[in-house]
Amino acid sequence: MILEASEVFKTYQGVNKKLTVLDNINFHVERGEILAIVGPSGSGKTTLLGLCAGLDNPSSGILKLDNESISAMSENEKAEIRNKKVGFIFQNFQLLPTLSALENVMIPLELQGRSKGARAKAIALLERVGLGDRLNHYPSQLSGGEQQRVSLARAFSNDPEILFADEPTGNLDEETGEIVEHLLFELNKEKQTTLIIVTHDLELANKTDRIIRLKGGKIVSDQSIKSEARS
Amino acid sequence: MKWSLIVKTAIRDSRKDRSKLLLFMSSIILGIAALVAINSFNDNLVRDIDTQSKSLLGADLTVEGNKPIPNSLIASLDSLSSNNSTEVELFSMSYLPSKSESQFVRIKALTGDFPYYGNLVTQPISAASSYKKGKNALVDDGMMLQYGLEVGDSIKLGQTVFLIHGRLMNAFGSIDAGASFAPSVYISGDEMASTELIQPGSLVNYKNYYKVDSDVDLNEWKKERKKQFRTESMRLTTIEDQRENLKEAFSNLNSFLNIVALISLLLACIGVASSVLIYVKTKVQSIAILRCLGMKGEEAFMVYFLQIFALGFLSVVLGVAIGSIMQLILPVVLKGFLPYEVNMTMSSSAIIKGLVMGVLSTTLFALGPLISVRKITPLKTLRINDDPLEADPLRWLVYGLIALSITGFLYSLTGSILEAGIFSLGILVAFLVLYGVAKCVVWSVRRFFPSNASFVLRQGLSNLYRPNNQTQTLVVSIGLGTGILTLLFILQGLILGNVEGMGAGNQPNMIVFGIEADQKDEIEAITNSFNMPVIQNVPVVTMELAAWQGKSKKEWLQDSTRTASRRVINREARVSYQSTMSPDEKLLSGNFTGVYNGEDSIMISLAESYAEDLDVSLHDELVWNVQGTLIKTYVGSIREINFRKMESRFFILFPSGVLEEAPQFRILVTKSPTKQVTADFRNTVVKSMPSASVIDLGSILVTLNDILTKVSYVIKFMAGFSILIGLIVLISSLFLSKYQRIRESVLLRTLGAVQNKIYRINAVEYAALGILSASTGIVLALSGSYLLATFVFELDFNINWLPILGIFVFIVGLTVFIGLWNSRDVVKRSPLEVLRNV
Repeated sequence: MILEASEVFKTYQGVNKKLTVLDNINFHVERGEILAIVGPSGSGKTTLLGLCAGLDNPSSGILKLDNESISAMSENEKAEIRNKKVGFIFQNFQLLPTLSALENVMIPLELQGRSKGARAKAIALLERVGLGDRLNHYPSQLSGGEQQRVSLARAFSNDPEILFADEPTGNLDEETGEIVEHLLFELNKEKQTTLIIVTHDLELANKTDRIIRLKGGKIVSDQSIKSEARS
Repeated sequence: MKWSLIVKTAIRDSRKDRSKLLLFMSSIILGIAALVAINSFNDNLVRDIDTQSKSLLGADLTVEGNKPIPNSLIASLDSLSSNNSTEVELFSMSYLPSKSESQFVRIKALTGDFPYYGNLVTQPISAASSYKKGKNALVDDGMMLQYGLEVGDSIKLGQTVFLIHGRLMNAFGSIDAGASFAPSVYISGDEMASTELIQPGSLVNYKNYYKVDSDVDLNEWKKERKKQFRTESMRLTTIEDQRENLKEAFSNLNSFLNIVALISLLLACIGVASSVLIYVKTKVQSIAILRCLGMKGEEAFMVYFLQIFALGFLSVVLGVAIGSIMQLILPVVLKGFLPYEVNMTMSSSAIIKGLVMGVLSTTLFALGPLISVRKITPLKTLRINDDPLEADPLRWLVYGLIALSITGFLYSLTGSILEAGIFSLGILVAFLVLYGVAKCVVWSVRRFFPSNASFVLRQGLSNLYRPNNQTQTLVVSIGLGTGILTLLFILQGLILGNVEGMGAGNQPNMIVFGIEADQKDEIEAITNSFNMPVIQNVPVVTMELAAWQGKSKKEWLQDSTRTASRRVINREARVSYQSTMSPDEKLLSGNFTGVYNGEDSIMISLAESYAEDLDVSLHDELVWNVQGTLIKTYVGSIREINFRKMESRFFILFPSGVLEEAPQFRILVTKSPTKQVTADFRNTVVKSMPSASVIDLGSILVTLNDILTKVSYVIKFMAGFSILIGLIVLISSLFLSKYQRIRESVLLRTLGAVQNKIYRINAVEYAALGILSASTGIVLALSGSYLLATFVFELDFNINWLPILGIFVFIVGLTVFIGLWNSRDVVKRSPLEVLRNV
């Protein structure tokens, strides 16, 4: 098991009352599994992703990543876990605008102290996503699809145990979205990474092993999809 | 910490922003440059005092008093040195026969070989020594130029006509602030008597110069005899004293300049803090991504701290370099205040001080907003919002360190922890007031927003409070500069206006003093012949305090528990007698006795301030020495004196019937209708009464204006710095928020706004900013000047609005110009190009 959530609540203090965004969330994810979290806007998808990835703390409950309780960790410990075990893909790409494509991909490795070989690995990954000729381009010089491909290369650069993708094709047109989607699944297969995708896109969700549906902060269904059904 | 990665990331991340950051650092460059220039200049000044104080005093020792040195002291002085010179100095009218003009002058009559060190600079050079032979005079170069005099012309002093033997290019031992009022004229001491200018009651200063062998320990000698000389009201000055006096005077000047420089530096630092805050805000996304990828909060903080520190250090170094060059300008700015030419060289201590102060202040002020980087959550990668950065409790530590370093710097200037604390508090209060006013004004704009106004006006005004605005910072920095500048103009105008107002309407504008007692009727006749009124024609008797409250003057001077001031005890009193009290004066206590009946005690009237300084009250006994005769009196009344009219006022008033037979002179006060009448009257008086002097309001105004212009020139120079820094903060903040503005501008243009409209929106914003800053500064200056005028200078608060309006228009115009100049790039960019890049 790579991820486990037990009795997770997330509440915010509103002006007059408490706002419960996540209400008693319980689920676990096995290694290598590909999972989609779906639900309407405001259902708590992104909040859940943030908690699972160690970007935020739950109000109560336990979250375990690779058998370590991240909800009890300090911010620095969580940063280390993110760097070593987690990869991210964002809807709005989130590339560092002041770094070139190559430097963006190298950053997670450099943060691990693996400067040696980082460059070669980053180049290989960028070539793998078809951007071998764009190494020294800055994000502002790349199209949306290209930026998301750099983001993909960066997400896999630190060989993560688990990869979180927040609406990975949400900002792309259908054709480009399909290319990115294809690359994401292909790379995931190659690297044997656990993949959790938050999406509105049911077509994309149906390409995963399992779909968790959220509504009003609660899990309303947790459904496995047979491979034959996927195909 | 992964230092190599931190350094690498800091370098990579700053690649695109270095020029932006360097721009906001330019305010620091300017602030540090001012500090280094001032300190370096001061170091050179103090160094030169050591080498020049000897030639500034001209002798090893001077003995000075308002009477010739008493015989009791001559013996000990003679045993010290046989090489001495004497100087008799007095103020009097001079008459220029070739020009038919008269001028109030400072006459110095010298005997002996003075100066022993340094030179009297004259043209021709030989005149410096040859003028002492016969009826020759050296006349101040400025006065010779003013009246078009040439060497060979004549000047009449009292009863004697002197030949102008040379131009006097430097006035020895004095700074020439009052030179235009009473220029110096040097004559031989042997000729002083022939002028007959020294009369009973004349204001004469006697000075003896001594050249002493180097093996004599003058300080020891002075220590032993100081009391003896003081008891005789004589002052001793050695080269060491002269050095200390000069150092003290310049240390005050230096402290003043340093405090102004510190304020400029603080403005610059506030600019830095504000710019760093904006910079950090533009980096929030990048920081969140780095945090998301596993960078720790402290590491992310170090990335940006390194960027700011490196640029700050570079700016400080540049500032130090520019300051070292700038110090060459300061002697030009301070020319009127320097008694000698200063040799400018690099000062290592000023450079080190600038480096330490610069790095410390830049770092501390940048730390304030930078520490919030530690708290930027990686969650911001998922949810982009404009929430304010989370406040870090560590910021209080940073604020404390800032306060501590400012106090430390001020302590290094003042040497007193209390003064440093008070100054720091004053600076804090000034900044808080400005910041509070700025905040209040912004709040008011928001609260009373003109919702029905035109689109352009609404857009422009709303820019004042939108996220990342710099309104408060700009109002503080530009407002402070405007405030200092306006305060200066107001005070200068008030002082001149009040003096000018003295002569308004039927108020007197001319005083004649030094009239001999038997010339009473003659001066009245001359005045009447010019159709001018005799407003006052009063007698003056000079006397000295001999004893009071049962103790002699000597006993009082030796009494360590006395509260009366030495200055008042030793002062030669100029006393009048009259039977009624002037209607402008107010009786505070007791009864005014106008006439002495010859039988009871003599009851005199004292001014309140004099009674306080001498620490005496009603009915106390005072014994006066009137030219050798002792007169016992009692304090009968205490009055409040009004000095706002150009009339003679007396601290001590005797009743009629006591002093009539004492040696005395008279003062006449009149009102002249025109400048021409003033000049003609003056010439007539000087011709028929050579010992009399005429002072008119016009010449006082010219002198006052001259001195105030010199002082304000220095302050204006420093206030200009504050404004310049304010404008740099404006430019850098515009530069930093350029991309936000491009996005807005492009969106507006996409939605159909024409270029001209965008320019107008920007113009409204900068005009509002300029109006806010300038009016805040002006309101503060008005409040400050009102308080100063009412409680410190005791002046009527009549404002001349024209220069204030001028400052207002200048500041607003400059802000709009700079704002629009910087926006032209934003407005001209193609929407398409920008949409791709933003």
